[in-house]
Amino acid sequence: MAVKTILQAINEALDQSMEKDDSVVVYGEDVGFEGGVFRTTAGLQKKYGEGRVFDTPIAEAAIVGSAIGMAVNGLKPVVELQFSGFSLPGYNQVVTHAARFRNRSRGKYNLPMVVRMPYGGGVRALEHHSESLETLYAHIPGLKLVIPSTPYDAKGLMMAAINDPDPVIFMEPKRIYRAFKQDIPEEPYEVEIGKARIVKEGKDVTIIAWGALVREVEKAMKQVTDIDAEIIDLRTIAPMDTETIVNSIKKTGRVLIVHEAYKSFGPAAEIISRINEEAFYYLEAAPKRLTGFDVTIPLPKGEHHFIIDPKQIAYELKKLMAEKA
Amino acid sequence: MLFEEFDPLKGEMLQILDKNGNIVNDKLVPKIKKETLMKMYKTMVLGRIADVKAVQFQRQGRMLTYAPNHGQEAAQLGSIAAMDDDDWLVLAFRELNAMLYKGVTLEQSYLYWYGNEMGSKYDENVKVLPINVPIGSQINHAAGIAYASKLKGTKEVTIAYIGDGGTSHGEFHEGMSFAAAYDLPMIVVIQNNQWAISTPRKKAIKSKTLAQKAIGYGIPGIQVDGNDPLAMYLAVEKARERASKGEGPTLIEAVTYRMGPHTTSDNPKLYREDKEVDEWAKKDPLIRFKKYLIDKKYWSNKKDEELQEASKKEVLEAFKKVEKTGLVDLEDIFKYTYEKLTPNLKKQLNAYKEYLNEEGAK
Repeated sequence: MAVKTILQAINEALDQSMEKDDSVVVYGEDVGFEGGVFRTTAGLQKKYGEGRVFDTPIAEAAIVGSAIGMAVNGLKPVVELQFSGFSLPGYNQVVTHAARFRNRSRGKYNLPMVVRMPYGGGVRALEHHSESLETLYAHIPGLKLVIPSTPYDAKGLMMAAINDPDPVIFMEPKRIYRAFKQDIPEEPYEVEIGKARIVKEGKDVTIIAWGALVREVEKAMKQVTDIDAEIIDLRTIAPMDTETIVNSIKKTGRVLIVHEAYKSFGPAAEIISRINEEAFYYLEAAPKRLTGFDVTIPLPKGEHHFIIDPKQIAYELKKLMAEKA
Repeated sequence: MLFEEFDPLKGEMLQILDKNGNIVNDKLVPKIKKETLMKMYKTMVLGRIADVKAVQFQRQGRMLTYAPNHGQEAAQLGSIAAMDDDDWLVLAFRELNAMLYKGVTLEQSYLYWYGNEMGSKYDENVKVLPINVPIGSQINHAAGIAYASKLKGTKEVTIAYIGDGGTSHGEFHEGMSFAAAYDLPMIVVIQNNQWAISTPRKKAIKSKTLAQKAIGYGIPGIQVDGNDPLAMYLAVEKARERASKGEGPTLIEAVTYRMGPHTTSDNPKLYREDKEVDEWAKKDPLIRFKKYLIDKKYWSNKKDEELQEASKKEVLEAFKKVEKTGLVDLEDIFKYTYEKLTPNLKKQLNAYKEYLNEEGAK
């Protein structure tokens, strides 16, 4: 075991995957020599050479599009898009090709590739550096969308993503890249994609979150010690672990979903639909969502209004518990 | 060097076989095996008939939307014939002849245009990517394939096709920059057929040639008579040599013409003059290639008649088989989304099956 941050855990997952499998390549803007703007890929070029770890032109369509070609031709590319807000020039490749190659070719070609992107607000950044665009990726058939919230999951999910035979979008909660450490196994391991994690069992209410907001939920629970909440870290947004969610709702009858992505048509809307479809009669109160507003995420001086904090979570939770059928 | 001799900025265009089938550049005639020449020609005849027939089938309501190749056969066959068996072919969508040459069957190709994804499941050893509809985006796939070839140290070279309209797309630029930056073993053939649906090439693109776009990427570019199979062969042969030596990609502009509509859904008479089409009809690649082969004593009119008949039969038989394929199975539209059906997809599939069981098939 070794104590690691999320950032170090991802770095270790890339390192161990590259060590074990020559077909794994890592690239993107400033990924090689500098080791990425967040240093997630630090040290890899030195260890594995410029052929397998390299800097690209500022060209997201080429980064994603070339990964498709590499995956067709026997490699396992892990590419970095510097911020999720800049993933959109590559979105055409993700949606029109990466998500469809297996289906389009009726299984002749499948694409073992990972598209990494740091995401989310709360880091006092410039425009386009704070987006939470889960909805755009989770909506597309053929894609998997994974978001870790702990160093343990970050390493295990990344290793699973690299070995997955289908394209995985890997969003990294940059706000907590270095926020805390966890003792994680030094040897390689995988965390199954498509399975949520029950952070804490409880009987009064279910709270669903992922990424940086899992910690905010945990902090909130310290302010409402009289509520026994079951906390679910979704970990994989698509394909979603509906079973874990539904089982929990059947037990608690109440649900609060917390995410930073915009509210309308967002992940919470989908989660609530699934709860309605499969656990409607178990509900004791209307499902609640605490999410980003439907406004462009503000620049730093206005961001505090947008970012969800523990106090707000606790407030919504108390309101939800007070509701009676 | 060929690419220095034919400078696109000086308006020079490589031609070896003129429109009448006469050799105009004796020194440059590439050495092509008889067997290869005949495979090129036979594919050209099959491709032409398959193409004309596909449009007919569409007019009869038996085929869906189809993108005709008529007139562009030499641009494709001259180029693909200069590649090795082990090389990769990356398509736009108007490359029927190149596909046939590279081992995609006519039946598969028809099946695709007939509206069935199974038409893109080429045989296992066929190194061809499926037809790529979003314009320009395939250049990045080609760059990725070529990167993998280079990293693995194989001898594969990737050839990708794009139209004149496609060169306006940002992804063309990104793919070319990427391929050039790492000296990737890749060849890009622009089939400049003069028209992007109804927009003429001159209206949409300011540069005098498309080949000169190569200069910005720091790689060679050459303009070639795209209706001349020998010139196309030579240009690609030289480009392939460069690629094999690790010298990087080459951009080849094949100057050709789309004799038919963009697809069966548009009517070119609305946006272009018959006179222009008639002029290009005189430059038909099939006429000049046949004459060249007959002059070489590789071919005869009698053999040609037999080939025409046999090809027509092959085309009709392939389409007959395709027409018998019917509708796609329900499971098939689900099961290639991921390696395994997700719980959610299983639920959707089962709910729909329940409906079918209770209310009868659609």
